[in-house]
Amino acid sequence: MADVAEKAKTKLKYSKEQYLEWYHIMMLIRRFEERTLLAYSQQKVRGFCHVYIGQEAIAAGLKSALKPEDGIVTAYRQHGIALMKGASPNACMAELFGKATGIVKGKGGSMHFFLAENKYFGGNGIVGAQIPIGTGIAFAEKYKGTHFLCVTMFGDGAARQGSLFESFNMAMTWKLPVLYICENNFYAMGTSVNRTSNVTDIYKIGHAFDIPSEPVDGMDPEKVHEAIEKAAKHIREGKGPYFLEIKTYRYKGHSVSDPARYRSKEEVEHYKALDPIEILRDRILGSNVVTEAELDAIEEEIKDAVDAAVEFADNSPLPDPSELFTDNYMQEDYPFIKD
Amino acid sequence: MGRIITLREALGEAMSEEMRRDESVFLMGEEVAEYNGAYKVSKGMLDEFGPKRVIDTPITELGFAGIGVGAAMNGLRPIVEFMTWNFAILAFDQIVNNAAKTLSQSAGQFNCPVVFRGPSGAAGQLAQQHSQTFESWMGNVPGLKVISCIDPADAKGLLKSAIRDNDPVCIMESEIMYGLKGEVPEDEYLVPIGQARVRRSGTDITLVSFNKMVLVCLDAAEELAKEGISAEVIDLRTIRPLDIATLVESVKKTNRMVVVDESWPMFGVSSEVAYQVQKDAFDYLDAPVRRVNAADTSLPYASTLVDEYLPNPEKVIRAVKEVMYVQA
Repeated sequence: MADVAEKAKTKLKYSKEQYLEWYHIMMLIRRFEERTLLAYSQQKVRGFCHVYIGQEAIAAGLKSALKPEDGIVTAYRQHGIALMKGASPNACMAELFGKATGIVKGKGGSMHFFLAENKYFGGNGIVGAQIPIGTGIAFAEKYKGTHFLCVTMFGDGAARQGSLFESFNMAMTWKLPVLYICENNFYAMGTSVNRTSNVTDIYKIGHAFDIPSEPVDGMDPEKVHEAIEKAAKHIREGKGPYFLEIKTYRYKGHSVSDPARYRSKEEVEHYKALDPIEILRDRILGSNVVTEAELDAIEEEIKDAVDAAVEFADNSPLPDPSELFTDNYMQEDYPFIKD
Repeated sequence: MGRIITLREALGEAMSEEMRRDESVFLMGEEVAEYNGAYKVSKGMLDEFGPKRVIDTPITELGFAGIGVGAAMNGLRPIVEFMTWNFAILAFDQIVNNAAKTLSQSAGQFNCPVVFRGPSGAAGQLAQQHSQTFESWMGNVPGLKVISCIDPADAKGLLKSAIRDNDPVCIMESEIMYGLKGEVPEDEYLVPIGQARVRRSGTDITLVSFNKMVLVCLDAAEELAKEGISAEVIDLRTIRPLDIATLVESVKKTNRMVVVDESWPMFGVSSEVAYQVQKDAFDYLDAPVRRVNAADTSLPYASTLVDEYLPNPEKVIRAVKEVMYVQA
């Protein structure tokens, strides 16, 4: 009883609705990705496939701190970011299954979801290629005179690409409204951060360009939210880019084909004890503002949604072979060489 | 009546006219603004349009090409100038992996109306790294359109079409042809992408070429005429898509073809032209299609080596006589 009384004193910093929104998106991503892995093992999903499990708090903080009109571009570990940006689980799962009803009609697969109407500029499969692209998306916002920004996300591996240094330089010189986010999960595929550079505090790279740059705890949506909110405010004041290194952890291998033997069991267990969803759940329940039954209801709703997504994907048709020649050119009568 | 202007002026006019017409068009690249362009193609544009729309970049081809791709995905129409296509190799990830593939990857949700332009090909004694041609590199990539043209009137009309095009377009110019003069129409006009042009009519042999090698063909045709050989000269103007119909039409008349291509021989524009013509006009050919290319080597510095490397009228005439089975 003393425990309960103690927990009852925990006051939540934000509204109940905010915590439930975070819980919902994080749980949706977790369950979606678990089903993705299952479907991959059943060979329903093929190709390269990288799941977001462990990194969900970043998506949650982005969702609450950004405006819907802000653009986002990211790399290929992107299912969670797309879902956060409003992509439907049905369309995403159908895409993974390579179906015509997929978010890009079965043409992109796991690495390439796009959602133009919500300004989701996609998952890019080339490490670091999205960094200048996101900078250009932000360039266009400034050119058009909007107050929107572009979040440009990349991993710790991409932080070593030349494209990052070129983009940081121009974004700061031209004061572009771009929020750079490095999701540092400590491994570029199998190579740990400290084996890729002498500079292991990745946020410090921003200092070379006078870009305000900070590290963030990526296992807590509150902290992610606050860091992004502060950065976005700075950017919207016309002061140019901001760089956040959000430290996180992926529980799984780099891709589905990676058993991740380069990490110790102890290391993985250590981070699992910091599971962002468990932490959030404890915090919410500790407040006594939300009942366990309410969270269970959210989980039930998500389970149903993910079940429905798998069913939708299973029952959807494959693309017609004639689709091969669509969406290569805007020109409708483009004369393809066919023999 | 038209006006006589240089290729440099024609390209500048094309960009300025399109920027007056459409606020979403802007120019970025190395030295395009305050220096008025490394080859003065953008002369006066900073004064007219200001630094918001005529933008000097640092020397970061990959970075600013990517900014062009992102800006194009978000509603603008960038013109990205490379000081030379040789430097654009640093930006190929953005051109090939992104500009060309955005529409397909997004299943039509995002297009990429960006123009990448700059000079290509040998331009004096510039040695190995500054003398390459890129038509076949870029022409190999689905999703891109490729223009290579030095005639001032055609280049102006094609650049205007490229800026208005909703697909990414690569344009190859030539450092040593920017001063080439030609007559351009007085009034507003466009030249459609994807159409070759017959520059000289003839009946005995079809010479197919593009960019400055068209001038080599015209010189060769003039010499051949003195010997009673009537050569038709076709300027491809657009490399992708290739205007195969015009080539086939010509061969039906002349029954012989020589392709003159400054690119290296293997897997190049000349290879594709020869394939398409033998496929569609085999019964009309009286001899194999021959080609005159740059040598299958890197291009060194010394003048004798440059002369040995490049196609010239003598090499073209020799090839023509071979396919016509006449004594040289």
